[in-house]
Amino acid sequence: MSAKLHLLKNGQKAKIVSLPPGLCGRRIEALGLRPGKIIEKVSGMPFRGPITISLDGRQIAIGHGMSERIIIKPLDKGEKL
Amino acid sequence: MKFPCFGCHKAESCNGCHAKCGGVDSKPQKILLVGNPNVGKSAVFSRLTGVHAISSNFPGTTISFTQGNLRHEGQNYVLIDVPGTYTLNPTNEAEEVAKRIIMGDSDIVVIVLDAGALERNLYLALQVLELGGKTIVALNMVDEARHKGIEINIKALEEALGVPVVPTVAIAGRGIKELVSRLKEAKKSHIKPQSDEDRWKTIGNIIMKVQKAHHRHHTAKDRLEDITINPFWGALVGVAVIAASFFAIRRIGEGIINYILDPFFSSFVLPLLESISKSMNQEGIIHSLLLGSLINGSLDFEQSFGLFTTGIYVPIVMVLPYIVAFYTVLSLLEDSGYLPRLAVLFDSLMHRVGLHGFAIVPNLLGLGCNVPGVLATRVLESPRERFIASTLISIAIPCTSLQAMIFGALGGFGGKYVAIVYGSLAVTWIILGRILNILLPGYSPELIIEIPPYRLPSLRGIGLKLWFRVKGFLFEAIPLVMFGVLLVNLLYISGAMNLISNFLAPFFNTVLGLPASTAGPIILGLLRKDVAVGMLLPLNLTSQEMVISVVMLSMTFPCIATFIVLFKELGFKKMMLSLSIMLVTAILSGATLRLLFLLA
Repeated sequence: MSAKLHLLKNGQKAKIVSLPPGLCGRRIEALGLRPGKIIEKVSGMPFRGPITISLDGRQIAIGHGMSERIIIKPLDKGEKL
Repeated sequence: MKFPCFGCHKAESCNGCHAKCGGVDSKPQKILLVGNPNVGKSAVFSRLTGVHAISSNFPGTTISFTQGNLRHEGQNYVLIDVPGTYTLNPTNEAEEVAKRIIMGDSDIVVIVLDAGALERNLYLALQVLELGGKTIVALNMVDEARHKGIEINIKALEEALGVPVVPTVAIAGRGIKELVSRLKEAKKSHIKPQSDEDRWKTIGNIIMKVQKAHHRHHTAKDRLEDITINPFWGALVGVAVIAASFFAIRRIGEGIINYILDPFFSSFVLPLLESISKSMNQEGIIHSLLLGSLINGSLDFEQSFGLFTTGIYVPIVMVLPYIVAFYTVLSLLEDSGYLPRLAVLFDSLMHRVGLHGFAIVPNLLGLGCNVPGVLATRVLESPRERFIASTLISIAIPCTSLQAMIFGALGGFGGKYVAIVYGSLAVTWIILGRILNILLPGYSPELIIEIPPYRLPSLRGIGLKLWFRVKGFLFEAIPLVMFGVLLVNLLYISGAMNLISNFLAPFFNTVLGLPASTAGPIILGLLRKDVAVGMLLPLNLTSQEMVISVVMLSMTFPCIATFIVLFKELGFKKMMLSLSIMLVTAILSGATLRLLFLLA
């Protein structure tokens, strides 16, 4: 089952499935956020504010609009990474 | 171009005297320092050259290149600190600059990698290695990586990349000596140009071979990092940090003025100037140019308006202390790594004015001086954002010089009036931003930013950066202020000022409710805002007139330095558009304030 990044709950882990095409995707990829990577949502700001995720021990903040275009597969608790 | 031999200073390749000068190769080699944003390139650069490049703990500090020299074992090098970029397919102006430099000619490329984020860093590294130039790698921040449980096998990384790898901790200066001594080992890599997909595969293989990550428990620092990005606690911390910053800036600034500079000027400089004034019989053109006019029978630093009274007092006593205070606090915020968190907090608000959260950084820099503020808009992605941000900064963000004078001019009337000025500027910033966002075609890109770990700012770093910026103020602003004071006096003495005032009098009287005498200062804000506010002081304005004049002054024409940088960054057409918006906004705001005062 896939979902979009902004729908993740705080502390939930997910695998990146696909990025938006074009420049937007390139900006995301440049930060090391690519399909297949495992991320964890750290927090989200209210009023459609940015989503902060943790990737390889680094935090990255992603604008809300952009996070709606990142397709992910949530990982249930206990699932092997 | 021929370079002189450093042994014999001859511009030819000095075969004849090589024996004498120890075999010096006369041509300096060009070294590029490249890497992702915020991996410590500027710190490496400063350590290598002794030239101070501003380094901060947020991505995008270096927006243009800095150059410095290094000499090792008779070889001279020219080093270039290239702006950070994630890729050679640029996504903003700063990255565009970086790409142009990297693709240009050079002798050696030093790739600076963040050991704590090796995988992501390797993408640019491979792109650069594929270009086939002589390369060496500085694996920076190895200490931080180790704390996070990441271990990197240097030998294996050297083999995988095919170039020398030197572990460094540039902030502390560790590994720099080894880096210098191994510069000559820089070589071409075996890595060949490849597709994007293959490159990521290569990176995956390299990481598997060279990196070991141990699991590690949450530390107090991690918790602090999480808290400041949390919606509720983060906002609270944000408000506290901003409030504390303003409080600190005022206290430090006032402290320096009241306890050091003002006593010094009144007890040493004033008597000296008074005696010079007496020896000139307190009159004459020279007297009014150098010392200004007498206020109630004696010289007054704030109001006499002479070259050596007001011309020196305003920049050194009234403005400099706040410059020191502002940049001390800003440097702390920059080096700790707090600014990107502020960008996350302000993202929603910034979207309302057509920007995204990271635009908070140029705006904050603008509070110090509009020039670096406008320059910093280069980290924004689209020309539209850059136009909105530059326009908002030059209209509604008061620089420290201006703010110091706002307090100087209105503080005496009461804090209420200072608050009205700040309030007007803030409201204008928001309304104008909203309007620009609606009227300008296009949309604003989204925020995406790496949030750096917190780091304890080093005293050395803060001190150097402060000195660098204060020096800029001393050498650039003070001559300009003194020139302004001189020009103003000449305009008054020649009668030109009267002509300007009389010409603009009807407009100023009817629309803004200001006496004609304020026209001169507001026009001369074009040169420097602090000089212009200084000109308002002797006019005996009422509190309301002063508020309107100061707001007009803050918003109309940027000072000459900002003007030049707007022209460079935006181009002629867009600058003219920005200036027209500025003029209309200033007049509307002045008229609105007057109306509100009449109604109140």
